[in-house]
Amino acid sequence: MSNETAIRTEDLEVTYTGNREVTALDGVSTEFAENKLTAIIGPSGCGKSTMLKSLNRLHEIQPNAEISGEVYLGDEGIYDTDEPLPEIRRRVGYVPQTPTALPLSIYNNVAYGAKIHGNYSNSELDDLVESYLRKVNLWDEVKDRLDDPGAELSTGQIQRLCLARSLAVEPEVLLCDEVTSALDPISAEQVEETLEDLKEEYTIIMVTHSMDQAKRLADDVVFLYLGELVETNDTRSFFENPQNERTQEFVKGHTAVDYDDEPDEESVTDEQPVATR
Amino acid sequence: MGTTETNRSDGSSRLDRRLLLERLSSYWLVGAGFFAVALFGLIVLTLVQQSIPIVSEYSLFQMMTSSNWDPASDEFGFLPAIVGTIYVTVLSMAMGTPLAILAAIYIAEYAEGRTKLIVSSFIDVLAAIPSVIFGLVGLIVVVPFVGDYLAPAVGAHSIGLGIVTVSLVMAIIVTPFMISLSVESLEALPDELRESSLGVGATKWETIRTVLLRAAGPGIFSAILLGFGRVFGATIVPAMLIGGQTAIPESPFDAGETLPTLIVNDFGELMSIPLTQSALILVGLTLLVVVWIFNFGAMLVRRRLQRRWQY
Repeated sequence: MSNETAIRTEDLEVTYTGNREVTALDGVSTEFAENKLTAIIGPSGCGKSTMLKSLNRLHEIQPNAEISGEVYLGDEGIYDTDEPLPEIRRRVGYVPQTPTALPLSIYNNVAYGAKIHGNYSNSELDDLVESYLRKVNLWDEVKDRLDDPGAELSTGQIQRLCLARSLAVEPEVLLCDEVTSALDPISAEQVEETLEDLKEEYTIIMVTHSMDQAKRLADDVVFLYLGELVETNDTRSFFENPQNERTQEFVKGHTAVDYDDEPDEESVTDEQPVATR
Repeated sequence: MGTTETNRSDGSSRLDRRLLLERLSSYWLVGAGFFAVALFGLIVLTLVQQSIPIVSEYSLFQMMTSSNWDPASDEFGFLPAIVGTIYVTVLSMAMGTPLAILAAIYIAEYAEGRTKLIVSSFIDVLAAIPSVIFGLVGLIVVVPFVGDYLAPAVGAHSIGLGIVTVSLVMAIIVTPFMISLSVESLEALPDELRESSLGVGATKWETIRTVLLRAAGPGIFSAILLGFGRVFGATIVPAMLIGGQTAIPESPFDAGETLPTLIVNDFGELMSIPLTQSALILVGLTLLVVVWIFNFGAMLVRRRLQRRWQY
């Protein structure tokens, strides 16, 4: 983790107080580097999504979530702050696991956030929509049907539309919650390619439970286990030379292909990012 | 050996029985389905057949545009009932719909925990009260309120009974019903829609207005339609509160009649006169046809909304 830190957590603790009290995150302190893609990995139910959502306070739409600790975006905290919540969420965007088109046209799905935050003229909006659709490699597929409902696209296209929508408000950090897990292998590959392009320019934090995906895409890895941070390192060191015993077990249990043989292009479609659901 | 054979034959006769039951059950289900269709056909046919005498003697157009209903002198104009029905329906929906949508948004998106539980169970209880009770309370509370306060306040004259009174009470009756159904459609929306919208920095209200109301739009639209159907066909409350006036109302504060009240007020004594009976059945048929056309149109609109606002 050599680069500048874009966002970091300090002693982050999230508890769900329902009928049964569950601690989803137990004092996690970690940092996410700027303009890199960091993967949060770990077994199901270990707090990955909670961790992700707590980075832009989206877990707060659940009625029983209690949080302590702080998340720093640059130098400012996002919990103890005067900054309005919508502005925090604009700066830290979120793409959910299920590809979700808003009940709007393809055009307005992309323009949605931009229209809320900025005063754009129609032609500026046109340009903006085009440029972000290009950025997610969707423009050529949809340029003739921008007025159709977004939901009429395929799930893979919708997921890229979601990325375009999130990017169009120019967030500093983009949170992606298992964005390929609901997709077929080919669509998943396209989304991965898009993320690959985007990580040059954006700070992306992605939850995944595909170890192979983490290896392919991530610069850094954060490993959570039962709400605790076990290990965080750059991807290569994390998989080749895990420090913690639990990481060693987890990596071993999941590694079918050896790291060095792995990154050839075709194999991406052969393995199934979907299968691990 | 013997035992295995017994087992096998047991097994196959068991399978035979299961397959027989399977066939029988499908017959039953098909029968039940078609029974509903047949019943519907029977009702329509009866109404049509029974309306023939009056239609063959008087022109349909004339009856629908004449405001003179006087069976004793063979006058069967039911325009006042049509006007009254439209008045009541439009007024109650205009009062009830905005309230229902706002309340549904509050319950589905804002209320939490105990408050939500209390408010929504009160609304469910309200929706379950028989309408005759609302009619009685309307007589005691709403009639004097309209006659003594509301009408004078807007410079109109009213005896208390009348279209506005019925509309108020009908709005109170259908609103809880529309709220419940709208809350259901809002709560059925996936959280991802909320997260997607909030995740680009939209406020809660922006999310509701632009995303949730559209996504739940077809469902809310259906809720409003069902409310509409209930007001349109409402019988007991209008019969108790509308004042039974067979003239075209000059103002909403006047007494009047609706299609259903025309039928219930007259059927007791006049069903023995064949032509009147036929006229009343024609009124019933008109009610049915209008509801039908309306439902059909609504289905088309709903389908369009569903495509336009899919998520």
